[in-house]
Amino acid sequence: MSVPDASGHFGAYGGRFVPEALVAALDELAAAHEAARTDPVFRAELERLLTTYAGRPTPLTDARRLSEHTGGARILLKREDLAHTGSHKINNVLGQALLTKAMGKKRVIAETGAGQHGVATATACALFGFECTVYMGEEDTRRQALNVARMRLLGAEVVSVSSGTQTLKDATNEAMRDWVTNVDTTHYVIGSVVGPHPFPMMVRNFQRVIGVEARQQCLDLVGRLPDALVACVGGGSNAIGLFSPFLDDSGVALVGAEAGGDGVETGRHAAPLTAGEPGVLHGSRSYLMQDEDGQTLTTTSISAGLDYPGVGPEHSYLRDSGRASYTGITDADAMAALQVLARTEGILCAIESAHAFARAFSWIAEQDADPQDLVVIVNTSGRGDKDVDTAARWFGLVSAEEVARSELVRAREGEQP
Amino acid sequence: MSALDDLFARCRGEDRAALIAYLPAGFPSYQVAVQAMTAMVEAGVDAVEVGMPYSDPLMEGPVISAAHQASLDAGTRQADVLRTVEAVAATGVPTLVMGYWNPVHRYGFARWAADLKKAGGVGAITPDLIPEEAPQWLEACREHDLDPVFLVAPSSSDERIAVVGRANRGFVYAAAVMGVTGARTEVGKGARTLVERVRAQTPLPVAVGLGVSNGAQAAEVAGFADAVVVGSALVRALADDGVDGVRRLSAELAQGVRTPDRS
Repeated sequence: MSVPDASGHFGAYGGRFVPEALVAALDELAAAHEAARTDPVFRAELERLLTTYAGRPTPLTDARRLSEHTGGARILLKREDLAHTGSHKINNVLGQALLTKAMGKKRVIAETGAGQHGVATATACALFGFECTVYMGEEDTRRQALNVARMRLLGAEVVSVSSGTQTLKDATNEAMRDWVTNVDTTHYVIGSVVGPHPFPMMVRNFQRVIGVEARQQCLDLVGRLPDALVACVGGGSNAIGLFSPFLDDSGVALVGAEAGGDGVETGRHAAPLTAGEPGVLHGSRSYLMQDEDGQTLTTTSISAGLDYPGVGPEHSYLRDSGRASYTGITDADAMAALQVLARTEGILCAIESAHAFARAFSWIAEQDADPQDLVVIVNTSGRGDKDVDTAARWFGLVSAEEVARSELVRAREGEQP
Repeated sequence: MSALDDLFARCRGEDRAALIAYLPAGFPSYQVAVQAMTAMVEAGVDAVEVGMPYSDPLMEGPVISAAHQASLDAGTRQADVLRTVEAVAATGVPTLVMGYWNPVHRYGFARWAADLKKAGGVGAITPDLIPEEAPQWLEACREHDLDPVFLVAPSSSDERIAVVGRANRGFVYAAAVMGVTGARTEVGKGARTLVERVRAQTPLPVAVGLGVSNGAQAAEVAGFADAVVVGSALVRALADDGVDGVRRLSAELAQGVRTPDRS
């Protein structure tokens, strides 16, 4: 059975839980997406942008020294970190930018956590000549200051959201409020496989290129399909993009890594598939971190991009069906994996992606098979330049005095208008 | 047969619009919220919407969002919302809940419908639920004889207005301005157009919510709608001037809907 159905349901998940005011815009978007799927001109233009602008196909890197670290398992890195703007987010944004143009809209808004989606959106808006506003939680603007500067350099307005938990959830709330007010002129470029129908399906379709490439690259390189695909899951777009073309390959394990924060057992995490209950947030039904009264819980993760209480509805569907498995990875395990990857392969990945590496290591260790017989693709969804500050503090690479001085500089910057 | 039919019939007989007033449960405390809602009724409000506080109220502007958060911070639980309904319904006016879907979903909507009915509620307004996602909710409303109230917006097509009209009971809620809740300085032409479009699709009364904040605006909307909904202005009055402020504003609004401006 193919999901979603015509009304955007992935089994019991997905759908449209939105204010009536947005229904017309969602219908318009669904129609534009449907028309684009079979329009040769649209497809050629997207292909051209992905190839000549975003740098696709991204390589599949055979990580030989990392392989030794895992007892000889063959680890292949799908290098979305090498795509333009430094993450897989550009794949979706270019697709939605073309749809925005097709719908005749000139203003784009987006939410962002780590800033990767915000940077990708600001980039596409510069390329297409759209006005761009990005909503970002105030805490995230602090921990991902580099990406705030990148967005502003690209001409986007960055709105710092100080309500609620000041992270991705609240940035999404504000983006939704903007959209419901300005929906006539504005397209909301949602950055993950979340939100009301058609977003989860549409974003998956734009990210599917990751898995389509990886599948062929793996066949070319190894001569067979991998044993497992491993990806981090916040909203879950890089994971769905990789998993999607392999859904019918029952021999390929689909392995998701959620943000385990301080440990799922502590309650301080961002792992709804591991420890949440079905609920409704931001337009669709999916697993959700919520209390007994259905109030959204505060999340904890070192990774701004995974620090979100919800998850894409297709992941909930894959979880319940057993086709994919999901595990919370702690901050500590993710950071350790980040360092291992950096020192064995010379690749500094995003902290989000580091969760996938940590899970790949544990998944390999859990298998009965000899590691040397295993082939695992890990989605290196983004690069880690934005995270150097966080990592430097985590590993104590800078002295306390330097941290204090840097805080002082930030505080002074914060005082400026 | 809706519990609101009598109200709308009486208002028609008096050649006026109904006044529907909103406050969130538990803001600033359970007790004061109930006092404020009681004061609204004493000042001439015809029906009360009890807001169910929610952590992520997507349709609300800053005033109501802050009140929701303050209510949650004060420890408001689902049981307090239902207790509030019970206290307000005891004053004799029709009492509805305005609730975002996840808290109802989490409670279990069949059980919630039963408990709302038991508390004396007559229906529920669901701002982030559309009829297409609500077949089981509609079933629960039928079983417990509650009015499901969905919204229409200026962006709704005539076909969608018809869908909403068929799903609703009691009245149709027209959110007449695109955007989040909050007091506005002008009524604008769009609201009248939307009411006319709704009337063309459904025989149900039409209630208009668009940021009415004073008696003159209430009179203006009463000139073309069956009911005027006021929320943000009352929440602000409660925050700034307490229960007396709510009483004063309610009296002014009640006067407004009784002198419809049909110019």
